[in-house]
Amino acid sequence: MFKIISKQQFSANVVKLEVEAPRIASSRRPGHFVIVINDEHGERIPLTIADADTKSGTITLVVQAVGESSRRICELEPGQYLHDVVGPLGRATEIRQGGTVVCCGGGVGVAPLLPIIKAMKQAGCKVISVLAARTKDLIILEEQVREYSDEVIIMTDDGSYGRKGLVTEGVESVLQREHVDEVVTIGPAVMMKFVSLLTKKYDVPTVASLNTIMVDGTGMCGACRVTVDGKTRFVCIDGPEFDAHKVDFDEMLMRLRSYN
Amino acid sequence: MNQNTISPRTASWREELRKSRTAKERTAIERVKMPELTAEYRVTTLTEEVNSGLTRQQAVMEASRCLDCPDPQCVTGCPVEINIPGFIKNIERENFDEALAVLRETSALPAVCGRVCPQEKQCESKCIYNKMNKPAVAIGYLERYAADNGNPEATCKAETNGIKVAVVGSGPAGLSFAGDMIKRGFDVTVFEALHEIGGVLKYGIPEFRLPNSIVEKEINGLRELGVKFEKNTIVGKTLSYDDLHEMGFKGIFVASGAGLPRFMDIPGENLINVLSSNEYLTRVNLMHAGSTGYATPVFRGKKVAIIGGGNTAMDSCRTARRMGAERAIVVYRRSETEMPARLEEVKHAKEEGVEFLTLHNPIEYLGDEQGRVRTMRLQRMELGEPDAGGRRSPVPVPGAIEEVEVDMVIVSVGVSPNPLIPNAIENLQVSKRGTIIVDETTLQSSISDLYAGGDIVRGGATVILAMGDGRRAAASMAEKLLS
Repeated sequence: MFKIISKQQFSANVVKLEVEAPRIASSRRPGHFVIVINDEHGERIPLTIADADTKSGTITLVVQAVGESSRRICELEPGQYLHDVVGPLGRATEIRQGGTVVCCGGGVGVAPLLPIIKAMKQAGCKVISVLAARTKDLIILEEQVREYSDEVIIMTDDGSYGRKGLVTEGVESVLQREHVDEVVTIGPAVMMKFVSLLTKKYDVPTVASLNTIMVDGTGMCGACRVTVDGKTRFVCIDGPEFDAHKVDFDEMLMRLRSYN
Repeated sequence: MNQNTISPRTASWREELRKSRTAKERTAIERVKMPELTAEYRVTTLTEEVNSGLTRQQAVMEASRCLDCPDPQCVTGCPVEINIPGFIKNIERENFDEALAVLRETSALPAVCGRVCPQEKQCESKCIYNKMNKPAVAIGYLERYAADNGNPEATCKAETNGIKVAVVGSGPAGLSFAGDMIKRGFDVTVFEALHEIGGVLKYGIPEFRLPNSIVEKEINGLRELGVKFEKNTIVGKTLSYDDLHEMGFKGIFVASGAGLPRFMDIPGENLINVLSSNEYLTRVNLMHAGSTGYATPVFRGKKVAIIGGGNTAMDSCRTARRMGAERAIVVYRRSETEMPARLEEVKHAKEEGVEFLTLHNPIEYLGDEQGRVRTMRLQRMELGEPDAGGRRSPVPVPGAIEEVEVDMVIVSVGVSPNPLIPNAIENLQVSKRGTIIVDETTLQSSISDLYAGGDIVRGGATVILAMGDGRRAAASMAEKLLS
């Protein structure tokens, strides 16, 4: 059982939870994720780790209520427990040492992007962060992102905050004006697909962190398989980050609808 | 053969028992039939065990068929060399407690092995009755009977020696290692990646073949002896090899299993509702998908193809029937004779209405506009020349391609070792296949305090072989740590 220490409501459907998991807190690196089961009848769902505090032995999860299980997790209050948390899973992000990096996150994808932004900055990169959401209320963790970014561009679909437009427009404005060594993108699959198409045009190496369906998260089931460079790979152990230009996003989008 | 058995052949009661009936009387008895649920009923239940177990009378009668041979070949067919006549003769004299005690001398999980071992390829294949053209003594049924009905005296535990050992994985290899080490006085902690203890016994083998209560009983037995279990802990991720040292562990036994499902790399294999048997069985067995109140989803296919001919394929097709499949079709590229599954599983599957399409191999899957699998294209095969292992290899019949309508495909063509642990430990020698390389006798790896066994070494074997590895690793690690 894993105790919830604190909770912050980001928006109607998005919460930030600090969860007691000391071993994970000390072993996790940027890019890692965990598998969470909310109660004894729950399913195993993958959630990315937004932050960790080794002193208090906690990890931070940002959860969006999209299905039954994530809705139940969002309803939990401090003092209550998650039945199971296992991790850290996946391969850690390869942190670039120096150069210019564009980190672009959509919706709750900003949460797992934050530790990467932090690590890139600490490794001496110039970090330009592009945060995107449908509307102002759904932009999360802006303050923390600003702390570790040289520049932050905010994009909203409805223009209620930052610039009006899609995430790709924000990224493209950077690519047009200066040399970028790498783009990291985390968010909805369809967003990552279009970011990838854009950066391919500009020939900028791009990493996407994929959020596929998973069961065990340790390589056992293969539910998370994606085609990368024509080969089947498992997101849980080969990823979650891949060369975005080689990912078959259309197949991934199709497979995400397996249980719809 | 085990010389130190508690029921040696020379025991006076065994001599008397041998004389109590003539060989002619014994061989005249027909082999017992395992009582089982009707096929019509059992396809309606995921959890009720198909085999209901022998009655006392049946068990004693079957035990009296055994001739108590002076040189029992059955024992040579058993990977852990159970004293088979020793436990069977105890059943004949109706001392079930001692029968179980004999089993426990060599097997950590007799109730499990009695249910899932391929006896017809092991002990029973060596039984003297085969030479008489009669069916072998039902050793597996009797093992199960003794395990289910015997009450062994509480196992004597050696005095605690305070030496901490870690076990990675709580499947058959890990459990048998843990049992042997705790009895030797070690302080044993088992780390399990999943949220349930039992490994493949829980996520893989369905309850209708191996009830969870049987597995739980074995695990609770180990708990009572003092074995500690830590769930949700992945060695190599949650805890590093160095962490284990810092925690004071002096020896580590890696029994992390085979893990990774293999696919065939054919077009359409990533369509929706094409999945590995591991995924399907994990959803249904471990996550209880499809049972009321559980959140994990599972697709209930109506026309389900299962690719492969092993035990996992049988578990999958029989599960599919229980999950409402109107057609469950096993597609296997060789003929039925070459099928690796236990005979009993094939028999049960057929009784349950599973269809067998042998000498066929999928070459492509086609989907609908939403990406859901609709059709499988099969290449008809014929058996060619025997390969290096003596098995006749299948070769395609040119132009013989068929299409079969399906709405779900369960791929059950084997597993590869999970790279998680081998990748996480520096300087650990692994084979090209990804298995951990160990000394064949001691099961010690290239790292002196790390031993390994089960499927992470063998690449995909049986419960009994995994268990045997656990025992051998325990013996050699104990010797090293106590010297």
